[in-house]
Amino acid sequence: MIAFILRRLLQSIAVLLAVGVVAFSLFRYVGDPINAMVGQDTTMEERAELRSKLGLNDPAPIQFLNFIGNAMQGKFGLSYRTSEPVGRLILERVPATLELSLCAAVFALFVGVPMGVYTGLYPKHWSSRLFQAVSLIGISLPTFLIGILLILVFAVWLRLLPSFGRGETVQIGWWTTNFLTWSGLKALILPSITLGLFQLTLLMRLVRSEMLEVMRADYIKFARARGLTNRAINFGHALKNTLVPVITVTGLQLGALIAFAIVTETVFAWPGVGQLFIQSVQFSDIPVMAAYLLLIGLLFVLINLTVDLLYFVVDPRLRSQGGAARVAGH
Amino acid sequence: MAARSALSGWLHRAADSDVWWSFKSSPMTVAAAVATFLIVAVAFLSPVLAPHTPFDPATLSLTDGLKPPAMLSADGDWAFPLGTDDQGRDILSSIMYGTRLSLVVGLASVVVAMTLGITLGLLSGYLGGAVDALIMRVADVQLTFPAILVALLIDGIVRGIISVKRHDEIAIYVIVGAIGLSFWVQYARTVRGSVMVEKNKEYVQAARVIGLSPLLIMVRHVLPNVTGPVLVIATINLGLAIITEATLSFLGVGLPSTEPSLGTLIRLGNEVLQSGDWWITVFPGVTLAALVLAVNLLGDWLRDALNPKLR
Amino acid sequence: MATPPNNPPLLEVKNLRVEFPTRRGTLLAVDDVSFDIAPGEVLGVVGESGAGKSLTGNAIIGLLEPPGRIAGGEIRLEGRRIDNLPYEEMRKVRGARIGAIFQDPLTSLNPLYSVGHQLVETIQTHLPLSAAEARTRALDLLKEVGIPGAETRIDHYPHQFSGGMRQRVVIALALCAGPRLIVADEPTTALDVSIQAQIIALLKRLCREHGTAVMLVTHDMGVIAETADRVAVMYAGRIAEIGPVRDVVKHAKHPYTKGLMGSIPSLGVRTERLTQIDGAMPRLTEIPQGCAFNPRCTARGSRCLVERPDLMAAGTTRAACWLHDRGGIGAPVVKETADA
Repeated sequence: MIAFILRRLLQSIAVLLAVGVVAFSLFRYVGDPINAMVGQDTTMEERAELRSKLGLNDPAPIQFLNFIGNAMQGKFGLSYRTSEPVGRLILERVPATLELSLCAAVFALFVGVPMGVYTGLYPKHWSSRLFQAVSLIGISLPTFLIGILLILVFAVWLRLLPSFGRGETVQIGWWTTNFLTWSGLKALILPSITLGLFQLTLLMRLVRSEMLEVMRADYIKFARARGLTNRAINFGHALKNTLVPVITVTGLQLGALIAFAIVTETVFAWPGVGQLFIQSVQFSDIPVMAAYLLLIGLLFVLINLTVDLLYFVVDPRLRSQGGAARVAGH
Repeated sequence: MAARSALSGWLHRAADSDVWWSFKSSPMTVAAAVATFLIVAVAFLSPVLAPHTPFDPATLSLTDGLKPPAMLSADGDWAFPLGTDDQGRDILSSIMYGTRLSLVVGLASVVVAMTLGITLGLLSGYLGGAVDALIMRVADVQLTFPAILVALLIDGIVRGIISVKRHDEIAIYVIVGAIGLSFWVQYARTVRGSVMVEKNKEYVQAARVIGLSPLLIMVRHVLPNVTGPVLVIATINLGLAIITEATLSFLGVGLPSTEPSLGTLIRLGNEVLQSGDWWITVFPGVTLAALVLAVNLLGDWLRDALNPKLR
Repeated sequence: MATPPNNPPLLEVKNLRVEFPTRRGTLLAVDDVSFDIAPGEVLGVVGESGAGKSLTGNAIIGLLEPPGRIAGGEIRLEGRRIDNLPYEEMRKVRGARIGAIFQDPLTSLNPLYSVGHQLVETIQTHLPLSAAEARTRALDLLKEVGIPGAETRIDHYPHQFSGGMRQRVVIALALCAGPRLIVADEPTTALDVSIQAQIIALLKRLCREHGTAVMLVTHDMGVIAETADRVAVMYAGRIAEIGPVRDVVKHAKHPYTKGLMGSIPSLGVRTERLTQIDGAMPRLTEIPQGCAFNPRCTARGSRCLVERPDLMAAGTTRAACWLHDRGGIGAPVVKETADA
């Protein structure tokens, strides 16, 4: 088990390094760090001097190490667009994105999983067929379209909920939160549904197909032959066996959630990291793109590690040494 | 003569096959196939069928601006059955041209992803060793990130390298490339798996002995084996690629508004949504959703029909 | 041990029919099958795969997999009809009155729960015992099925047991609530040959000690010969021959049974050479008119092509073959078996 976790840690570091190399190449070769710092009238000599002072003439590996070292301290240089430090720009916007993603994830999990269990247990029931059909529409509707339709109905026509911004927020240290004001909570509703709906349908369909698969397993038939109650079979035996794939996908989807936050934030003018990233892509604001990439990479790696640890809690086969090696090799 | 009887034999077998049977017995799937066919046909015939040429500024008149859909409102004008946008462009015609563009980008990026994935998968499985390790590690890392993010990043890099004006001209190629590059992993993994299985079979060894190129032999044997799974992945990816393109265009980093796809149309409509002119957004949105839904239904059915385990 | 006439049978199966609706028509997978099992008796059910033996077992425990369904006949356990019970009533019968053992011990146990958990859960479902009492009973059962170090093994997970040990756990699970009948479907097929004999001996000993009857479904005539009191031979969804195991093995009356016995080397029956039955069992869609065995039968007569024989007394056993028809209209011409 220790070996397995060590191995995963090493893999994570490798992924982070790969992301780091991409971010560094972006930063160093696609953008020109000098341009961000100097005005139009700076002479070539001054530029050259700045270049060597910043170490831009050092060998690439040294520059890479400097880049990573700075990144670890949150120094990503200045934004081309606003000339503000990128680190601060991102930090200001992190709470908005995380709170939105959290609400969306909770929504997806607590609605999607029960619906999946239900449709998996009663696949022939008319309501299951309805859920299944609606879910297919759910995964066919692009996130931004769901957002627009929700805005049209609830903000433009019914005038019930706000269509843009975070509403009033409360500052706690450097963190700003939506959870403590009525208008902040109201502002969260539409974006969370928009962001969570796709993951909800995905989870529902996954749990359903896993349930159907597990219900065909020999040990379920044997559990029936032992005369266990349906309740024990469905929730004790079947649901627990669907957990491993559900955890995997939930983990992966948390990552997707943060990526799709880009879209949701654009639709709802939500002042989060995703909106910042889109603006940086439009203006090819390279330092912000590089920093965002590193941040997302780190986040994804952390999520994947957590998912790996959860496996051990769920599946006893992994807790024994041999099993861990098998799964890691898999 | 021989070709003809071979064709009729094939048709006969196709008509008797389980796949055809499962197609016929699923009304949803038949409806999806019909819908897909209709949308594709109308889209590609848009130069003939469309009542207006919405992106030729000469034909536009601002007095036609913001007309509501004729079929729903008395204020409408039957020259514009689905209404017009603020520039006086006919929504119906815009949708027809936009759908064509969305389909072209979707199909092209699926082809790019498929070609890239199959090639890399073959190489990876056949060569093994360091090449395999490299390709598969890149695949792993890329799979950690959602496709939309990868596409956005590629688009952002291209924007950083070339000027904005040039970018608008080649936007469609950039988008196709970006989406294609973000979807190759699944193909590569499937093909690689199949190659790994075939590689050690006797006929490949035998081919080596008699001096034939084992790679050629394997391409000939592996490709038919993976047709099914690759087709399923491609169909499901087509839906995803169309969504991805629409999303990029909606975000303003996809196709420019001079040559709008469905996503661009929705973005343009969204800018005036607050004033209540819903039709500019909703009709392209509904078209996009219907197209993706139909393609997804086909993909779902294909996956179930080709995978007997799930039946 | 034949059923004494005044002793009511534990299990009665009468004219059981199981069918499967498919897109190419309804298949009759079990066709008019009748037999009894006496208390404490071991009935072997033997046949090729697809003969309907497992389906008969599944029909008895009420776990036919849809779309399969009982289309006719009745099943009685201790005189009470069980084939038409509501799901919840039948659930209380399963595990409590009828235990079941399936083919593959590797997949019969839920990998995510310890064997102790699965035993306790089954015991508490059927018996009014506290958690501690149930655990004691679980421990006793594990000792009884011969798990060494049961005190520590009880908290282990299925993947920590070998195949043979897992099948012992499965047997313990089947015995949890002291059932009167165990339906064992190919209980040794998935095991190593060296383990098979141990598991069969264990099953036989436990059932004798507990007075439990067993319906032993297998395609292995050797297992039947060692274990069963009576044997039913199934062919294409019907019983071809049924009788005391010794008589069926030594003096088979149905040509199919004879062929089956002829293909077993190790029964101590003196044969010149091993024989085999030519051809294969017909698919359920292609069962011929008349006797289902007629295309492969070496003793086929004209009547066999048109009329389907029911079970009829043939010495100490009963066989579904016109050779034993004493009514005597048009008894078939018996051809001499050519040396193939």
